Amino acid sequence: MQYFKPQTAAEAADILAKSAGKARILAGGTDLLVQLKSGMIEPEMIVDIKHLDGMHDITQENGGYRIGAAVPGIKLGQHKGVVALWPGVVEACELIGSTQVQGRCTMVGNLCNGSPAADSVPAMVAANAVVRITGPEGTRDCPAFDIPTSPGKISLMPGEFITSVYLPARPKHASDAYLRFIPRTEMDIAVASAGVNLELAEDGTIRAARVVLGAVGPKVMLVEDAASAIIGSKLDDAAIDALTAACRAAASPIDDKRGTVEFRTQVVGVLAKRAAHIAMQRAGDQT
Amino acid sequence: MNFPVKTKTDFKVVGTRVARPDGVEKVTGRALYGADFSVPGMLTGRVLRSPHAHARIKSIDTSAAEALPGVKAVVTAADFGVPEDMSLRDVQDNCMARDKALYDGHAIAAVAATDAETARAALKLIKVDYEVLPHVTDVDAAMAADAPVVQQDRADESVPEGSGPNVTNFFEFGHGDLDAGFARADLILERSFRTEATHQGYIEPHACLANMSADRGELWCCTQGQFLVRELCAGIMQMDASQLRVTASEIGGGFGGKTTVFIEPVALALSRKSGRPVKMVMTRDEIFRATGPTISSSMDIKIGMTKDGRITAAAAKLRYQGGAFPCETVSFGAQAAFAAYDLEAVRSLGWNTLANRPKQAAYRAPGAPVSIYAVESVVDELCQELKLDPLEVRLLNAARDGTKASYGPTFDQIGLVATLEAAKAHPHYAAPLGKNQGRGLSCGFWFNFGGNTCVSLNINNDGTVGVTEGNPDIGGSRASITMMAAEELGIPYEKVRTVITDTNSLGHNDVTDGSRVTFAVGLATIKAARAAIEVMCARVAKIWGIDEDAVAWEDGYAKPSGPNAGNFDPMSLAEIAAIASETGGPIAGHHEVNAEGAGVSFGVHLADVEVDPETGATKVVRYTVFQDAGKAVHPDYVEGQMQGGSVQGIGWALNEEYIYGEDGRLQNAGFLDYRIPVASDLPMIDTVILEIPNPGHPYGVRGVGETSIVPPLAALSNAVSRAAGIRLHELPMSPPKILKAMMSKD
Repeated sequence: MQYFKPQTAAEAADILAKSAGKARILAGGTDLLVQLKSGMIEPEMIVDIKHLDGMHDITQENGGYRIGAAVPGIKLGQHKGVVALWPGVVEACELIGSTQVQGRCTMVGNLCNGSPAADSVPAMVAANAVVRITGPEGTRDCPAFDIPTSPGKISLMPGEFITSVYLPARPKHASDAYLRFIPRTEMDIAVASAGVNLELAEDGTIRAARVVLGAVGPKVMLVEDAASAIIGSKLDDAAIDALTAACRAAASPIDDKRGTVEFRTQVVGVLAKRAAHIAMQRAGDQT
Repeated sequence: MNFPVKTKTDFKVVGTRVARPDGVEKVTGRALYGADFSVPGMLTGRVLRSPHAHARIKSIDTSAAEALPGVKAVVTAADFGVPEDMSLRDVQDNCMARDKALYDGHAIAAVAATDAETARAALKLIKVDYEVLPHVTDVDAAMAADAPVVQQDRADESVPEGSGPNVTNFFEFGHGDLDAGFARADLILERSFRTEATHQGYIEPHACLANMSADRGELWCCTQGQFLVRELCAGIMQMDASQLRVTASEIGGGFGGKTTVFIEPVALALSRKSGRPVKMVMTRDEIFRATGPTISSSMDIKIGMTKDGRITAAAAKLRYQGGAFPCETVSFGAQAAFAAYDLEAVRSLGWNTLANRPKQAAYRAPGAPVSIYAVESVVDELCQELKLDPLEVRLLNAARDGTKASYGPTFDQIGLVATLEAAKAHPHYAAPLGKNQGRGLSCGFWFNFGGNTCVSLNINNDGTVGVTEGNPDIGGSRASITMMAAEELGIPYEKVRTVITDTNSLGHNDVTDGSRVTFAVGLATIKAARAAIEVMCARVAKIWGIDEDAVAWEDGYAKPSGPNAGNFDPMSLAEIAAIASETGGPIAGHHEVNAEGAGVSFGVHLADVEVDPETGATKVVRYTVFQDAGKAVHPDYVEGQMQGGSVQGIGWALNEEYIYGEDGRLQNAGFLDYRIPVASDLPMIDTVILEIPNPGHPYGVRGVGETSIVPPLAALSNAVSRAAGIRLHELPMSPPKILKAMMSKD
């Protein structure tokens, strides 16, 4: 096994392109090292990208934030600007792993691991996050939603890797929230999860919404019916019932060691409801 | 010499909270655990494990692995003999499969190579030709007449005619006329329960370093009993015990799971074959798949009660599966099931069955948590039906001094009633409950054990003392033993150091189990101290020129005693030690005993839980443990045992379980999906120590290590029942099960 530490993104893309799929990228390493240690993977090359320019930066851009691919969860949580603008994304990212893992784990790694249960992914998708990709053909942007395709699989082309994720600007009276269900209180993987991103009108009704579910399908799920169910409302009981029903209708989970179809379907509606209430509260609290 | 019986008030060291002797080394990383031993030229050993739940091993071709550069030895069952003793053969066959792989993860072959990467590569080169056989992992399915046969002809003479082919043992306990008892009941409930296997979950993996020459061996390993390891390994390696020295490392948790061997004989065999030292460390995946979890169970309980709460008759049928080899854990379950009750008519029956799962190992009060969970659940349900206070009903039926226990003996000086009264008087019992909350109560019991024990106590020239004992310290025994030595000698705790020695330095010590060490090793230490005191008094008598009988030992000094002793200045232990070479040589005390009189221990737990009505998630909001410790030598450690057992029981009740797929393979062989509680899942576990002295120990000590894992299962089930208005008869009570039950109720 060879370790590479390229000096530029282009060089990294070049190594990856020539690796014929036998390379793995190292940024935070919190998935990679576990997989290596357990013998799950035996790559021929490790390409370390965490030192490349911009990888550790959080920068303001057009009223939003560009977050480097190696920014760990703990740094995101300490960034007042990101916390104020996208609290749901931050709380999702902060749920990844233990305190020690938080010192290394990244949103981009969480996205590229391809797990349908990844915590930061529903929150990023709810936030309309866009990732920036470098590859042999240059640089392109892509919605976070389009990266995962099925469990463990992502849409990046050979040689491509993500250098940053962009969380867009948002108007006042807008906020987001993320909730997951785990049997314990931490150190666990979502059995079901929901991210809700809301924007309120002057009269306090919901003007725009994105409701996104995790761990109830082969990939992260954007539920437009659930958003429609609450747009125009103040989350009255009828709107909440419609939101819950839409989420349950959209969910297509599997039975496995972490939960049953029945349980996940039921609970994902509860999580979406509770996340919507939290996002609403946060949006309303803004002055 | 006469030794006054200590009373509760005149302890000077015992009962205080001194600094633990192993604390600094552990928190600074200097303590040496199983994987911390290294020697030059050491190889890395790795094990190839069966991917099948049940398969005949038709052939194993190791030639390609042996040819790989860096590989120094490959062993299979063919490298071991076939022990005549069946229980030893079972241990060996569990370490290395002979003829058949009996469970997913069963060891098939092992390699020793110059590094881990080479060893891993070598495993992939071993070709095993399996004939996959039908398997069974479920306890009820395994009991059936037409079940796949795990091992042929393993039933002992106790097994009734017509039992299924996997049933290996049958037990029956009890007394009285059940029919007459049930006839007197106003309400009889019959309920069936199921519990899944749980793992001890110790943080430190099994690890060892073996160094064998032709007929002599050294073994360093993480174990609860180096003498047992020596006995098993010497038997398997067909060598004299004297030629195998086993040294126990510091231990990162055992809970019963380190009372046997898994990799140790394999490492010795690899070392013998390669001529090099071999180190082996299990991965967590291997630990879950191939070391001892508990039994899983299926149980039927029938209890009759009068409308004022008196139990008239009680019966239990327990079916345990303990993996692919026979075990007698169900006998403990059957004996313990009704131990908390004074019953005229009681019967418990227990069957053990084989299944295609790893060989069960002891886990804290083995067998008792599940049978008592079932009994305490039915008692609680009777209280709910009859609208009776569950604590008053326990008091009304409680076993007392002189009660004939359901398993035979008559109790002497037991603490159950005092423990129940303490719970009743505690603010927790009357505290108001919030929305969606419920309170559960359960009694618990464990027999405790004494056993073979050998201790040396050496008086050093500078007046300090070394205690040498042979039981790995899994729960604070070193501190307690040091304290008891200091107490008896009348010197400060800091002047005594206790070490746990290798198998060549003491006579046989039974494994650290049965909550025996603070009781039995403590007893032997006190008696070894007394032996040393006798020597010291004799020496002083010689110096003073008076009779030995005229010298008494008091608070660390030899003093003249009696009217004709004369007038001499007392001599301290240090003064006597300093001139030992002039009075006859080194001074030491020894004691060897097969200790009896361990004294049973009862506990009562109160649990408050809150159940989320929309997700079925259970949160433990308040928890209090009441337990009889006889005498709490080091109260911090006693509380730690009460808390630690409670937390393991809470995990068992809520989320821990072995999950097998249709293919008979373990689905959750890791701490991610085998969910032990994390710190944030738990409230502070409050503790109340009762001290009802054990007449079998000089200071009244009872073992405290195991009772605490027994009550949480029913305490939580009873609390969930009251919080959520549903009664589950199955563990764990994971959120999907609770939510499903709540949704079907509505």
